[in-house]
Amino acid sequence: MNRYLIRRTLLAVPTLLVISVLLFGLLQLAPGGPAALYAGPDAGPEDLERISRLLGTDQPAPVQYLRWLGGVLRGDWGISFRYREPVVSVLSGRLPNTVQLMAAALLIALLLSVPFGVVSAVSRWRVVQYLASIAAMLRLLPSGGIANIGLEHDPLDRILHLVGPASVLATMYIAAWSRYIRSSLLEVLHQDYIRLARAKGLSEGAVIIRHALPNALLPLVTLIGLQGGSLVGGAMITEVVFAWPGMGRLLAEALASRDYPVLMAAFMLMAVLTVLGNLLADLAYGWVDPRIRLG
Amino acid sequence: MPTVTQGQTEKTVELKQTLTPARRAWQTFRRHHLALAGAFILALLVGASALAPVISKYDPEAASLDILAPPSREHPLGTDDVGRDLLSRLLHAGRISLSVGFGAAVLTVAIGVLVGAPAGYYGGRVDALLSALINVMLAIPILPLALVLSSFVQTNLTFVILIIGGLSWPAVARIIRAEFLSLREREFVEAARVLGAGSGRIIFVHILPNTLAPIIVAATLQVAQAILLESALSFLGYGVQPPQASWGNMLQDAQRYLRTVPELAIYPGALISLTVISINFLGDGLREALDPRLQV
Repeated sequence: MNRYLIRRTLLAVPTLLVISVLLFGLLQLAPGGPAALYAGPDAGPEDLERISRLLGTDQPAPVQYLRWLGGVLRGDWGISFRYREPVVSVLSGRLPNTVQLMAAALLIALLLSVPFGVVSAVSRWRVVQYLASIAAMLRLLPSGGIANIGLEHDPLDRILHLVGPASVLATMYIAAWSRYIRSSLLEVLHQDYIRLARAKGLSEGAVIIRHALPNALLPLVTLIGLQGGSLVGGAMITEVVFAWPGMGRLLAEALASRDYPVLMAAFMLMAVLTVLGNLLADLAYGWVDPRIRLG
Repeated sequence: MPTVTQGQTEKTVELKQTLTPARRAWQTFRRHHLALAGAFILALLVGASALAPVISKYDPEAASLDILAPPSREHPLGTDDVGRDLLSRLLHAGRISLSVGFGAAVLTVAIGVLVGAPAGYYGGRVDALLSALINVMLAIPILPLALVLSSFVQTNLTFVILIIGGLSWPAVARIIRAEFLSLREREFVEAARVLGAGSGRIIFVHILPNTLAPIIVAATLQVAQAILLESALSFLGYGVQPPQASWGNMLQDAQRYLRTVPELAIYPGALISLTVISINFLGDGLREALDPRLQV
């Protein structure tokens, strides 16, 4: 188990490195570098040169990349072009907000999708099934239904603020998750040990909650982890719509203002979240289901 | 299970044995009412978008002085903030969104097959390499990368399709790889090999047709994903560029009028949701109809 953990973690490192090279290269290819944007339309060639020296963008790309990488390894993510302060301090104000938003959304999604999935799996009424699956299918897009809710709520306090964006973000998952829970619960309910539990006289509720559900939730664990990437994207739109000062909005702003150091950092953090999600999914799988030996 | 249902199942099984696979799939699909409804609504949306110039005589990009007009005989859904006919814009935007959806899905499946098939079929070093590629791509958050890519150039429809298709294939590639991994061990593949078929022939003629069911299902769901991604991109201002209408950028324009004229946001938002939900139901029905493992 430990060896597996170490190997998987080590494997995540080259993945992230490749992603960083890819993004860095892409940004180099972008027409109209940051220097031109910050110098403004009236700048002469000397101004441009001075500014790109100031920003460090006058160096050849590989040098810039290695410099950036070296800094990152020492915990220095560079200086934001736009805010003229260390990227770390720009990000440290935003990251907790995003993590909070994601955690709240996951919690809401979990609290709603489990009962939803169970009801639609157990219920024999067709109407209920239809209702549940229609509701489950309402995987509202990040932008669509959200916008109308977005601007209406007045600032009361932090929690109240969180409810709106988090529930909207959660709608993306309630759907898929209830369906997974439903189908895996149906599968589990056909197994012999469930018949045994019923045969020894347990109430249907006990059979489902104590015996069937834990096993049925297994695929969900993986699903949650694998959806890290989409959560990141969903959070981004939600943040923009709800003016939530998180990483996603920061990334969108950094993109518009060609603030490359912030862009790189925000992007890499999102990639880390995604990779971490995948990793946790694998580990959680082995932990929840001892039959699966990781090695 | 009560005995009543058991009796019913036996009857259907009897019925099914006399049917061809296609007929049987249709029988299953037909019983999935939500999937039928999804297919119907989707057909309606595609038809309405295709016939956009016939249904609404207004140029979707022509501004007029008649701004934010309420619904009238002239403008069935009213006009937007620069006096463009809303119905016309919604229909033409539907063309964009649906084209992106279908175009990106086709591209996704094409790349997915090209990467997933050799990975699963050849195994070994080829698989290790291609799987590494798939895993790296899966670790990249799609939306941020799509934003970065589309911020470089003046994006148009083709470019949006290329970006979305070019970024969403890894999930499909993984499905196809898994299918190939299991199918290549089967007797019919061995038989083909014994008969002297080359790898290319085995991959495309013998194995690929057998993976069609999961591919169709994945492609259907991919259409929905692509439409969502396009809306997100356009909503953030990086996808389809104004004045060309897309449901996503209509939502963005509508943001300023949320309190005063919420219809501007509700219509495109509802259309996106409706399209995506219909496609998902359709995909669900197809999955049940095409996957023999789910059949009784």
